[in-house]
Amino acid sequence: MTALNFKITEEIELLRLVTVGSVDDGKSTLIGRLLIETKGAFEDQLLAVRKKKNKSDVTSADDIDLAMLTDGLSAEREQGITIDVAYRYFATPKRKFIMADCPGHEQYTRNMVTGASTANAAIILIDARHGVMPQTRRHTHILSLLGIEHLIVAVNKMDLVDYNENTFQTIRKDMQAYCAKQGINDLLCIPMSALAGDMVVIRGQQMPWYEGETLLASLELLSVMGGVDKAPFRFPVQLVNRPQTPALPDYRGFMGTVASGTVKVGDTIVALPSGKQSKVKEIVTFDGSPDEAFAPQSISLILEDNIDISRGNTLVHPHQLPKQDKVLTANICWIGDDALKVRNKYLLKQTTTTVKAIVTAIVSKTNIHTLAKEPSDALAMNEIGEIELKLQQPLQYDSYADNHVTGSFILIDTFTNNTVGAGMIQ
Amino acid sequence: MSDHRLTQLKALEAESIHIMREVVAEFRNPVMLYSVGKDSSVMLHLARKAFYPATLPFPLLHVDTGYKFKEMYAFRDAYVKEVGAELIVRRNEDAIAKGMNPKDFGVARCCGALKTQALLDALEEGGYDAAFGGARRDEERSRAKERMFSMRDEFGQWDPKNQRPELWSIYNGCIHEGESVRVFPLSNWTEMDIWLYIREQEIPIVPLYYAKERSIVKRGNLLIPAMNTEHLHEGEVAAPMMCRFRTLGCIPCTGAVDSSAADMDEIVAEAAAAKRSERETRIIDHGSNSMEDKKKEGYF
Repeated sequence: MTALNFKITEEIELLRLVTVGSVDDGKSTLIGRLLIETKGAFEDQLLAVRKKKNKSDVTSADDIDLAMLTDGLSAEREQGITIDVAYRYFATPKRKFIMADCPGHEQYTRNMVTGASTANAAIILIDARHGVMPQTRRHTHILSLLGIEHLIVAVNKMDLVDYNENTFQTIRKDMQAYCAKQGINDLLCIPMSALAGDMVVIRGQQMPWYEGETLLASLELLSVMGGVDKAPFRFPVQLVNRPQTPALPDYRGFMGTVASGTVKVGDTIVALPSGKQSKVKEIVTFDGSPDEAFAPQSISLILEDNIDISRGNTLVHPHQLPKQDKVLTANICWIGDDALKVRNKYLLKQTTTTVKAIVTAIVSKTNIHTLAKEPSDALAMNEIGEIELKLQQPLQYDSYADNHVTGSFILIDTFTNNTVGAGMIQ
Repeated sequence: MSDHRLTQLKALEAESIHIMREVVAEFRNPVMLYSVGKDSSVMLHLARKAFYPATLPFPLLHVDTGYKFKEMYAFRDAYVKEVGAELIVRRNEDAIAKGMNPKDFGVARCCGALKTQALLDALEEGGYDAAFGGARRDEERSRAKERMFSMRDEFGQWDPKNQRPELWSIYNGCIHEGESVRVFPLSNWTEMDIWLYIREQEIPIVPLYYAKERSIVKRGNLLIPAMNTEHLHEGEVAAPMMCRFRTLGCIPCTGAVDSSAADMDEIVAEAAAAKRSERETRIIDHGSNSMEDKKKEGYF
């Protein structure tokens, strides 16, 4: 590598990726393929999981037991299944990727939700021999609820269907139809063989009928962070910094991560819920005081006036107020062991705010096969539905469709302290 | 980068700072594990950024085995003083008095006593409910499975089969009395990111990371430092060699790498070209699922 490449490495952007799909759709093989071909795995790591211990080098994906590379827990290797998300890292000269490799079993859907919640893009694996499976639908529906920007359907194991175009087109149409029902019209489908390598990083010779880009090239081309800086400014306050030292007797900085939008020195801001106004006097960072800050930077704000602001408050621009209510309607992925029922009470955490919440209604439960909304008096683990909540105090929020940070929340079981629900406010 | 875009290093930095602030907001008594290595240097630098212009709102805890390089102790004391942090050093004095060492007792037992037990004792003694660690997910396959906020029961143990879901950047800080969390703000950083960031931010690191002629013993594939000789095996002979360390641990169990990289540009170039993982030079990691077993027992 030359010095020029290092410059590029520092300046590249991050793409958070999630891979999902049913059991045995070849996820581990695909990830192994990507890691080997982008040099995201080291030689000693590959040698440790080679199939033939007497072979002294690893040159292709065939030489290694790819699942052993990604299944990091002994319980996973014992049972031959993926239980929890594994995070993998690889980079090309254009981009760094964080890939959350998610379990396929329905039982571990909550871990899939964990891996998917932070993703900008998702790869949905489908075995070309089996087509769209129930778990493919469940995962795709969760990805659609989570509002993942880019969905890529990887129709894998094309080598086992003689690279047949019709097989691919049938699956593509099935997925397009399923996705269109939930408003996803922009779906990229790529036929591939992770085992042979065709269409993952290199085109290969087997599918001249497919004219699109390879998977890796497609991932490098996706746009990220589309427009979060154009959204209204939201600044949930994490902490108030008051050193009260001789050198800094009166310093009072509001620490937080810009959830969306931008803020400039001199901007008028409103503190919610109090509604008190002030102006931004200084944007403070360790590296100096910039004139402007934007999402997702972690900064401190100093205001002109000494108004009462604490953790859980949100700073916004006066002409772009968020919604504020004690009653919410939300889509929810239920990930708790005990079912969600009407009248159950939980703690709700949204940005830096934690409030008590009570379930006032289960509006519907989603049938993941038909996407029909059906009545239900409970949501069991891994079920998806729409609920109404009443909160102890009003919450400042945006709808999840408009803002993933201020529109999302978790529900916490007050007895076990576990995270039991992933909510997206309507 | 255009105006409102962050480089991947800046995005990682923002994420780490966000996590550190959440911990300080939601936990009663946090502490930051400080091992004096490069990842600790980056974590400490990020903590200074997170709470600037105030000093760190938590102490640093160094679990000292007594087997660290003298350069590490010197660096630790000077750097901690320079940044104005509070440093707590804890050692398993009982085991050290009994002469615990990897040669006679085995690596696993030595690590268990001098690192894991000393850490668990120190966390209990301090009553810490949250402990930051500089572990990265790219280091090792069981670490690749760890959450940012990783729950530990009353015995400091990890249950990897039953981890709390972790959604978006909303971290659940609710724990029962006696439980604690290990927090890994560098989870999403790779070794390459660490080196690039150290170079970009000019973060001080222990001089052992830079190549120099050092006294070395070759044991199998490992290059064992021989600054002192009591941990060497029978018949091993030290010879001078140009080398450096990719990771730092205890003298008897940390291998050097054959290298002439003497400045940050050369180290970055070497990291980019590396074919072997950095943990390969750590004797503790060898064995089928040793890191996972150690982590379950409470090791970082």
